[in-house]
Amino acid sequence: MSTTTATVLPVRTLPRFGGFTAGMIGLELRRMMRNRRTVIFTFIMPAVFFLLFGTSGDYRTERLGGGNVTGYVLVSMAVYGAMLATTSGGAMVSIERAAGWSRQLRLTPLKPVAYIAVKLVLAMIIGAVSVAVAFVVGAFAGAELPAYAWVACGLLGWVCALVFAAFGLFMGYLLPSENVMQILGPVLAILSFAGGLFVPVDELGHTFATIAKFTPVYGVGEIARYPLTHDGNLWLAAVNVIAWTAVFAAGAMWRFRRDTARV
Amino acid sequence: MKAMTVTTASATAVSSTDLAAVDLDGVVKRFGAVTAVDGISLRIRPGEVVALLGPNGAGKTTTVDMLLGLQHPDAGKVSVYGRAPHDAVALGLVSAVMQSGGLLKDYTVAETVRLTAVLFGRPRSAADEAVERAGLSEVAGRLVGKCSGGQQQRLRFAMALLPDPELLILDEPTTGMDVAGRHDFWTAIRDDARRGRTVIFATHYLEEADAYADRVVFVRRGRVVADGTAAEVKALASGRTVRATLPGAVEADLARVEGVDRAEVRGDTVLLHGNDTDAIARWLLTRTPARDLEITSRNLEDAFLALTSDEEPS
Repeated sequence: MSTTTATVLPVRTLPRFGGFTAGMIGLELRRMMRNRRTVIFTFIMPAVFFLLFGTSGDYRTERLGGGNVTGYVLVSMAVYGAMLATTSGGAMVSIERAAGWSRQLRLTPLKPVAYIAVKLVLAMIIGAVSVAVAFVVGAFAGAELPAYAWVACGLLGWVCALVFAAFGLFMGYLLPSENVMQILGPVLAILSFAGGLFVPVDELGHTFATIAKFTPVYGVGEIARYPLTHDGNLWLAAVNVIAWTAVFAAGAMWRFRRDTARV
Repeated sequence: MKAMTVTTASATAVSSTDLAAVDLDGVVKRFGAVTAVDGISLRIRPGEVVALLGPNGAGKTTTVDMLLGLQHPDAGKVSVYGRAPHDAVALGLVSAVMQSGGLLKDYTVAETVRLTAVLFGRPRSAADEAVERAGLSEVAGRLVGKCSGGQQQRLRFAMALLPDPELLILDEPTTGMDVAGRHDFWTAIRDDARRGRTVIFATHYLEEADAYADRVVFVRRGRVVADGTAAEVKALASGRTVRATLPGAVEADLARVEGVDRAEVRGDTVLLHGNDTDAIARWLLTRTPARDLEITSRNLEDAFLALTSDEEPS
């Protein structure tokens, strides 16, 4: 019955949104959760740091803003977790390029821009989980924040961590290493110290406190803690976050363009 | 039910449409001072099975990359089923199986295929079918990193076949397969071609090109140096020999016959060597009492060496 002519081509259509689909995000999330290192790094470590450094008796009793110092440390650690999560989400591209997966994806309808969008969404999802895990642990471990600050600090820390999703992407394109997070982990720790996330900048001395204001972690920390502390220069912090996001996004775009031109 | 028509879109059939599966027109690709592809023009019809042969660095990979839209030519035009390569890729008209890489080891087999299905907008059932067809059902839940090389290769096939491409490009497809595996593989590929799928494969196994390709394209230093059926290419490169029984033949007389490059007489047997052996055979059968004719060619490997050596073939 059927005519087996080779010339009748079936109707073929392109996927919508350049291949940016919930299905891909779901599969990618599943893969990330399978990676034990990612889970420990981004979900468990920040919470553990909080328990180690934020829950001493003094911190629980010392009041700060509408909450206690434990709550202050918790917000900082949640920001740290969100940073780690978004960075490693972005840095996934490094591993995928090394494995030839990026090239394989070029043989599908997935548009490079859609690929980047998927990576950003993934980075933000695991960033949100990281913040949530830290906050749940914090709530049971004596952190006190005003009700609105729980929400506002969490949301602000998470949204501002977008700067590190851009950072992760940039580094993912820049560094060919398969273990890119082994390099970026210590870098983030140093940046966190420099940006006053682990130790308040005032305790670093005048020179360092001035330098701190220009490092990429500073703005995120200041903004995320603001609903609790109502302290610091919000404008300066906002400029910091926007400027660094622009720098990292531009860097990522630059490498990304080179990459898609060549592969 | 009727038997499948023999008139496939093979080398001899006249296609009902002008649409070429592949159309390369004066394609040039340079990398700095190196010219990887130096003016290749090639038209491949739908349903052809084409072997791409050539030494390393001949420009095969660059040519394939341009067909897939992974490289852009510096000059000339590339089209695949009448479209720009990248559009053809995005529509699933063309897909490829590369020899290595291209897999993530922390995905399972099933997830890898499912992701491909998601990207091509195919339903999950299509992914499950592809896994089954590739014989991967038993390892569907296994992480790709824990799969053997053969399983990974089958996975690459499952992914490539998922969009049901019109053109399938294979890079050294049977590397690492045993003899039986290779045979099954080629049987499946020939079946696909009979249904109209165009196949281009790069290979080092010359006997595979000989046995399974409708057409052999030799590339050397970025140019096509020979293009035809395996038999034509073999003849072109090294000529063929007509062997016949012809009592009382004289070597000097035979050497003067048109088309004969070299003649040899061994008792009643004559061996006539030349490029146009059909003409020689016709002459023998119509003008002489010769019998027991046999035309033999040297193998494709000789042709390969002749065509790819630095000297021009004589």
